[in-house]
Amino acid sequence: MSDHTKSSPLKMYFSVWAALLVGTFITYKAAFIELGRFNAGVALIIATVKALLVALFFMHLKGASEKLLKMVVISTVFFLFILLVLSMADYGTRAWH
Amino acid sequence: MPMPNGPQGERENYLNKEYGAGSWLLTTDHKRIALLYLMSITFFFFIGGFFALLIRLELLTPAGDLVQADTYNKLFTMHGMVMVFFFLIPSIPAVLGNFLVPMMIGARDLAFPRINLLSWYLYIIGGVMMLHCMLTGGVDTGWTFYTPFSTAFTNTKIVEAGLAIFVAGFSSILTGLNFVVTIHRMRAPGMTWSRLPLFIWAHYATSIIQILGTPVVAITIVLVAAERTLHLGIFDPKLGGDPLLFQHLFWFYSHPAVYIMILPSMGIVSEIIACFSRKRIFGYSFVALSSIAIAVFGFLVWAHHMFVAGISVYAALVFSLLSYAVAVPSAVKVFNWTATLYKGSIRYDAPMLYAFGFLGLFTIGGLTGLFLACLGIDVHVTDTYFVVAHFHYIMVGGALMGYLGGMHFWWPKISGRLYPEGWARLAALIVFIGFNLTFFPQFILGYVGMPRRYYQYPPEFQVLNVLSTAGATVLGVGYLLPMIYFLWSMRYGKPAPDNPWNAAGLEWKTPSPPTTYNFEQEPVVTWEAYNYEELDAPHKEEVPVAR
Amino acid sequence: MHDSTVAAAHGNAHGHNPALLHHFATEEQQRNSASLGMWIFLATEVMFFGGLFCAYLIYRRWYFDDFAAASKSINATLGATNTAVLICSSLTVVLAIWAAQTSRRALLIGSLVLTMLFGLTFLGIKGIEYKDKFEEHHVPGASFSFDRVPIPGHADQFANPRHAQIFFALYFVMTGLHALHMIIGLGLFTWLLMMAWKGRFTPEYHTPLEMGGLYWHFVDIVWIYLFPLLYLIDRHP
Repeated sequence: MSDHTKSSPLKMYFSVWAALLVGTFITYKAAFIELGRFNAGVALIIATVKALLVALFFMHLKGASEKLLKMVVISTVFFLFILLVLSMADYGTRAWH
Repeated sequence: MPMPNGPQGERENYLNKEYGAGSWLLTTDHKRIALLYLMSITFFFFIGGFFALLIRLELLTPAGDLVQADTYNKLFTMHGMVMVFFFLIPSIPAVLGNFLVPMMIGARDLAFPRINLLSWYLYIIGGVMMLHCMLTGGVDTGWTFYTPFSTAFTNTKIVEAGLAIFVAGFSSILTGLNFVVTIHRMRAPGMTWSRLPLFIWAHYATSIIQILGTPVVAITIVLVAAERTLHLGIFDPKLGGDPLLFQHLFWFYSHPAVYIMILPSMGIVSEIIACFSRKRIFGYSFVALSSIAIAVFGFLVWAHHMFVAGISVYAALVFSLLSYAVAVPSAVKVFNWTATLYKGSIRYDAPMLYAFGFLGLFTIGGLTGLFLACLGIDVHVTDTYFVVAHFHYIMVGGALMGYLGGMHFWWPKISGRLYPEGWARLAALIVFIGFNLTFFPQFILGYVGMPRRYYQYPPEFQVLNVLSTAGATVLGVGYLLPMIYFLWSMRYGKPAPDNPWNAAGLEWKTPSPPTTYNFEQEPVVTWEAYNYEELDAPHKEEVPVAR
Repeated sequence: MHDSTVAAAHGNAHGHNPALLHHFATEEQQRNSASLGMWIFLATEVMFFGGLFCAYLIYRRWYFDDFAAASKSINATLGATNTAVLICSSLTVVLAIWAAQTSRRALLIGSLVLTMLFGLTFLGIKGIEYKDKFEEHHVPGASFSFDRVPIPGHADQFANPRHAQIFFALYFVMTGLHALHMIIGLGLFTWLLMMAWKGRFTPEYHTPLEMGGLYWHFVDIVWIYLFPLLYLIDRHP
């Protein structure tokens, strides 16, 4: 590793930190604007971007030497989605006839 | 450093390396921890079995004359809770998995030995809590804790039982975590994924379920406890809650939990069938990947326990279809095991008898699962003895038989002694006969309409119930026999050679019993799994492993 | 992984770190195992919280208006502030690890202390929120009351108190569980601070720091989702 890379982690960390704060600010402000059903979507998309920034850069998932750790994350999110989506499938279709 | 094969005691091994309670209670040796688990789960098996005995005694007569209705509710609840959470789920992974996983991959121990010991202590703490709960009144909701009965109506000790299971659940999670990291990180050089014994693949898949599923039931228990103590209303219809939400969250874990119970047993069956047919398992990759497929698909089917509970018909259709799909990987295994037997050189030692028993009984249990996956049939037989028979065929006829087979197969390695083969074959036969006598009549009982969890029934059902109870007695004898002769063998059994079965696998290249660190030098693997042709060849070609 | 025998690892000319445990062949294997183990543990935590998110999403969909009314009554400014506080604490965590990697002891200690201060701030603000809820009788139980609270966007309709109580039940369980994880994190970091003070962390070995950092970031991520879901259901006037 050259000396050049010694300072770049810092730049990256502070950039991510700034992005996270901006994202929080946007989320907060957007909540007060009338977007109808898109309010929730916007908030969740920003939240997911923030979570990805933390996971990839702060938790060093991006630089991980093997794909295993990313597989752990992806599998977990997948099964969480199964829980959410399939139970919603029940609640969402109970009123159908 | 080659060690002479003398009778136990002449040579240092993991059993005689240190004596005293402290050396056992503070051990980090995966083999000692496995034995600690063996004693604990056997104890809880007796407790669960005791409740089963009382249930079957009550059901000898149509009237409710042995115990009161509330007591009967407690009996089947405690039977279920103890057997599921304190026997079946830990049994194979915590005993045989702990003992064998490091050895099979050529490692000295699991990745986290101290967490392994913590797992056992968590299990014990949960177990003590459950014992205390039972001794001070127990629980009467069924092992499934359905709301709002469990949260708003019953007066029994839900919170305590729930906490006991919560603690035991973390034992399960940590075991799973340990296995996954071990299998990824600690394999010996040359032990590639495609050379792993199928026992390892099975435990890997099991661990995935333990890791991802158990936390959901943990939070469900927290919610039930919170609702019960703080009257929150999350599951109470009177307060706007939905009882079905509990069922969704509960079964999201508890269905995959049954795969936690069966997958390790399937791993054992693969090892036994290969050894006693002297053949590589037919379709190794299919069997390996089917374990992963079972783990994945197992998470997609939970609402088939809720078909008549009030979920939407459209959701029920989806879950029914997925439940048919989950049977496919299990069937793949059964076909591959059968193909392994074909033109094999079959030996009928006790482990193989249990494997045969597994093949037949698991198939019946699995097929009846398909009956239940069919909405039209399920409407009629759900909550009847048909379901009870179905899951006992899988859990007892399947998982428990595999466990017993595995205990016999690896007993020489674990204890350094041979068990008496004649008695073992007799016991296997008694178990098989007793099991079928106990549970086959229950299929019929369910089909003709006897509900489960009832302590009274119409007189015309009595004959079948009496048969079932008689079978249970025979089954009990069948279970007692191995406990007696295993104990007997520890003192009087013939000393075991390193590889009494001439089986394939790294664990057989260690002394019986093994030394604490398993391998003096890390093995280097250059052969495929189940290399029985080489093992049985007149001139042994296998690469010697220094020990 | 080379053919490392135990003898080789012990006789290694570099001398192995006393933190190397004997069942591992190399420090790299130990570090990779710890990392994988911690990520898997975090996976279990995701599923643990996931059950709560499942319950929350189902009821939010069912009782959207009542949940919106209840959500409006919790303090979004405090929630947003807390979000910023946790984000800052995640920054100080990565700074602490970088400090260990580059042998900057003062920065390491300072960053760890700052992280804990941010954590305590978070809990303090949470405490204020809980106190407010208690005073407004929004804590589920016998003294719960949520009468005549208008539904956002429909000033003539009032929220159903029973459904609002479910919101608050989930609010307290979810943020309470999160706060509990925060407290555990603070305990963890107290221990890490002590280890750092004693000089146990070097550029070659700072695995506990990295593992603690992963845990802390996870707790941050949970809050990143909790904030919009709980506080910002329907805020437009």
